[in-house]
Parts: sequence; structure tokens; C-alpha cells
Amino acid sequence: MSPTATPTTARGSRNGGLAWLAVPALVFFVAFGVVPLVGVLALSFTTWDGIGDINVTGLTSWQAVLSDPGLPHALWVTFLVMALSWAVQTPASLLLGVFLANSQRYRAVLAVVYFVPLLLSSAAIAITYKALLDPNFGLGAGLGIDLLVQDWLGVPELAFGVVIFVVSWQFIPFHSLIYQAGVRQIPKSMYEAAELDGAGRVRQFFSITLPQLKYTVITSSTLMVVGSLTFFDLIFVLTEGGPGDTTRVLALDMYKRGFQANLMGPASVIAVILVLVGLVLALILRRLGGRDATHSQMEGA
Amino acid sequence: MATTLTREQQRQNTPDRPKPGGRPGAVGGHRNWLAGVAGWLWLVVVVVPIYWIVITSFKEQSSYYITNPFAPPAEPTLGNYGMVIEAGFIGYFVNSLIVTLGAVIPAVLVAFMASYAIVRSRTGWFLRSVNSLFLMGLAIPLQATIIPVYLIIIRLHLYDSLLGMILPSIAFAIPLSVLVLSNFIRDVPKELFESMRMDGATEWATLWRLAFPLTRPAVVTVAIYNALTIWNGFLLPLILTQSPEKRTLPLALWAFQGQYSVNVPAILASVVLTTLPILVLYAIGRRQLLSGLTAGFGK
Repeated sequence: MSPTATPTTARGSRNGGLAWLAVPALVFFVAFGVVPLVGVLALSFTTWDGIGDINVTGLTSWQAVLSDPGLPHALWVTFLVMALSWAVQTPASLLLGVFLANSQRYRAVLAVVYFVPLLLSSAAIAITYKALLDPNFGLGAGLGIDLLVQDWLGVPELAFGVVIFVVSWQFIPFHSLIYQAGVRQIPKSMYEAAELDGAGRVRQFFSITLPQLKYTVITSSTLMVVGSLTFFDLIFVLTEGGPGDTTRVLALDMYKRGFQANLMGPASVIAVILVLVGLVLALILRRLGGRDATHSQMEGA
Repeated sequence: MATTLTREQQRQNTPDRPKPGGRPGAVGGHRNWLAGVAGWLWLVVVVVPIYWIVITSFKEQSSYYITNPFAPPAEPTLGNYGMVIEAGFIGYFVNSLIVTLGAVIPAVLVAFMASYAIVRSRTGWFLRSVNSLFLMGLAIPLQATIIPVYLIIIRLHLYDSLLGMILPSIAFAIPLSVLVLSNFIRDVPKELFESMRMDGATEWATLWRLAFPLTRPAVVTVAIYNALTIWNGFLLPLILTQSPEKRTLPLALWAFQGQYSVNVPAILASVVLTTLPILVLYAIGRRQLLSGLTAGFGK
């Protein structure tokens, strides 16, 4: 069956016999991962409308994007979404993770419901909330509660809040799953020892649970922060970056420049910036954790 | 408070399922009311929109505006669902199914082969660089590569085809799949590989007859994770297709919503209908699905 590798061949050729097994995966990944990554850098030095010919125009696109006040705005919005969604999700996921880690039957039942948002597509979630928050046809209008009848997606501050809320609604279950697993790994004896020493519950939480979850926090934060760069579909369906440019994050900025304004050159510049931001964030988080992000992702595995 | 805590602690000591590794199920002395409040609050936050989606999808559009939104429909109707199906959702469902299966099966197979090679060979520079390349792929937001992907798909004359969505989906699924699968293959005892080798089995045979069956739970987990990601994927269909008959469900949902934005019950029926297959899977294999969702992040 195998073209190579018999048990008696020397080490070197045995590796040669193994190497071909990695080739199919490598081909796919190079063709649609590595080549596009290099390609996006190359395209950032061109002018292309997405249909016609691609012309090399040097730094034109870079100049256009870097002098555009839209870029600092998009960076700022991306940062805000990242920071606020982190600040909302982390304490909530931590608490829920702790809550779920204690195995009890009713919690197991609750967990069935808890994780439903994880299964829905971002498009479905965004569409639901759009309908639910509609000032004329939504929940608030139906209930007749004036406080809920707001132009939720039309007022900048409210729209921003809605984006953070919906992001949290979608991703808190995922992160509570990670925290739940982390909490379960903490040896019970540590709490027993703390109890003997007379440590209260709050003290136990801050002296045992939180320090023990250090790598879980880093894992979850890495996924949240790097993941927030790719909140495209949710924001696209929910607000399309609006009102105005209030929620126009980098990923959306890239799409709008490229596929709506047909400026693939500047859109590629944004894409390169997106990759750089992602790498810088991964490096910072790795520093913070003192471990490789990819390793901390496998925490407990 | 003290008495409740002790009682709850006792309950904690009877875990509702055995834990592998012999660790006691619950974390001792760890009850806190704040987490309890958060737990119940979250239940409300999740249940309210879901309840509203489901009951509203059975209401007539005309009665939707005049009844209490939380009251169940007085005269439940399947009309909204009929409308969604007439809008071509069966075709979109088939598209989603083809794209998902067409991408997940090859992705998991090639990722498994690559992981096997990476784990079994410790010395080869080639496989080590391949591994680093895949790890690098984890740190990069692959969405940022979408413009060149679009260009490549056009040049391959695959624009507006299901295959055009399948190929990049396979590539995007590979890094995480390799990471998770190689971690599991590493756990297979070395002696088993040795004895296969003694029996004269080739690497190819060892791969399929030893490593694959022994890591099957991990394979299923990775497959589920990728399937859900691709099933719910929005960006690739948005960019790589044009004609309505090539749409997958999330894109169809978005288009349907754009078309019937005032018909809330119909929109919600489309949401329920597109989510139903996943909910059925969730009901059948919840544990597998949840571990698939975290794909070993916090096993």
C-alpha cells in the first residue's frame, strides 16, 4: 500500500517516507494560506478594482490609507471593541466557569441552555438582535416599554453598546467552557489547606482560584483579543459599520474598501495592518504569559 | 449562609459523573454566591431571546404587532416556515451540507496524515518547518488574506462555485486541526508503534490501523469544530459567490432578512430553520459537540 518506508530502512529514508504524508495538508495551506498572505502584501503595492487588470503602483495605496483619517478611526474602534468585549467577557466567563465547574445535576441541565448561543451563526445572531431591537417592530415596541424603545442601532453610543453586548452573548459560553475546564484542574487539596488556615471564600478566590487560572486567563484572553480582530460577520450584519463609521472595525474597513468601493489596493493595506496588529498582540500576550501562545492554548491538554 | 454552604459542599462530593484521572469532581470550598447570581442571570439573558425567537416564528405577521411579544401565539401558524422554504432554503441547506462535508472530510484526513508525520518523525527538518508553518497560521487572522483568496479563486475559474468555497475552507481548517490531532497522536504509547513496526507494518498501515482508531474521539472533536465553523461561515460565501442559487445558509439568511425586513416572524422562522440541524446534533451528542467547540483548548 505504501510506496516507501519498510521497517528495516535507515532513519533518514524513514523520515522521507513520512514526509510525503504532510504534503497534501501543506499544499492546501500554502495555496490558500501562505500564498495569500504574501499576496496581500504584494497587492498592497498595486491598484486593482477587483475585476480588471492589476497595476503595480508602488506606495500609492499606502499613502492613500495612511493619510486617511479613516484609518486611525478604524484602529481606535477595533481597539475599543477588543478592550470592552474583553472587559465584559472575562469576569462573566470566569464567574460562569466557576459556577459550572461544580458538578451538580441542575447545573448540567442549565449548561445545556447556556451553550446554545455557541451553535448559532453570527449572521443568525445579528439578524435576531436586529429584529429584537427594532424601534418599530422590536421587543420594546411590543411590550410598550419606552425605555426599550430606542433607536438602538441608530445612535452611536447605543450601537456600540449593542455590538459589545451581542459579541458577549455569542462568546461568553465558549470562554466559560474554557474556565470551567481550568477550574476543574485546580487540586481540591489547595482549598482544604486554605480552609484549615482559616482563609475565607473571597480570599480563597483571589489567592488560589485566580492565580491557578493564570494560564487559562491568558489562553482565553488571547483567543478573545485575537478573535476580536475577526468580528466581521456579526458587525457587518448588525450595523454595517454604522451609524456613520461608529462600528467600522478594521476587518469591516477592509471589506468596504475592497468589495464595496472596489479599491483592492487600499483594502490590502488594511489587511496587512490587520495581520501586523494580530502578530503584535500575540507577541505581547506571549510576553505576559511567559509562554508560547500556542502552548497556552493547549493548557491542560 | 454557612449552613447552605456546608450542605452544598456535601452535594458537591457526589459528582454526577465519574471523572477521568481520579480527581474529585467538584472544587472544594468553592461555592460563591456571586457566581450563582451570574449563573442565573446568564440563563435569563440566553433564554429570553431564544424563547422570543421560537414563539414569534409561529405567529401571523398581522397578530405579531398587536399581541404581547412574550405571549405564546393564540393561533400558531406554520405559514412563516412555508414562506422560508418557498424562498429556496432547501437548496441553501443542500449547499451548506455540500460545502461543510466537502471541506471537513478532506481537511481532517490531510490534517491527520500531517499530524502523524509530524509526531512520528522528530528529526526531519522538513516536517519541523511544516509544523512551524501551521503554528504560525494560528496566530494570523486568516480573514486578512481574503482579497488574494478571492483573486486566486477567480483565476482558477472557481468564482461562484461550491468548490471555490470548499478549497479555502480546507486550508483554513488545517492549522488548528494539526495542532489538536498531533497532541493526541503524541499520547499513543510508543510501544504500540514499535510492535507494529516489528510486525512489518508500513507507516501508511500504522497510520490507519493504529493511530487513527486510537485517536478517534479527537478526530470526531476536530471534525465537529471545523464543521460548525464552516457551516456558520459567512465571509467566504459572501465574497466568493454571486448567484442566489450558490448561497449557503448564513448568506441566504442575510439576503432573506434584507428582503423581508419588516416581516419579523418570517425572519425569525428562517433563523430557527437554519439552526435546527445544529440543535438536533446538539441534542444527540452534546458532550462531543461541546468538546468539539473548544477543540481541546481546555480539555
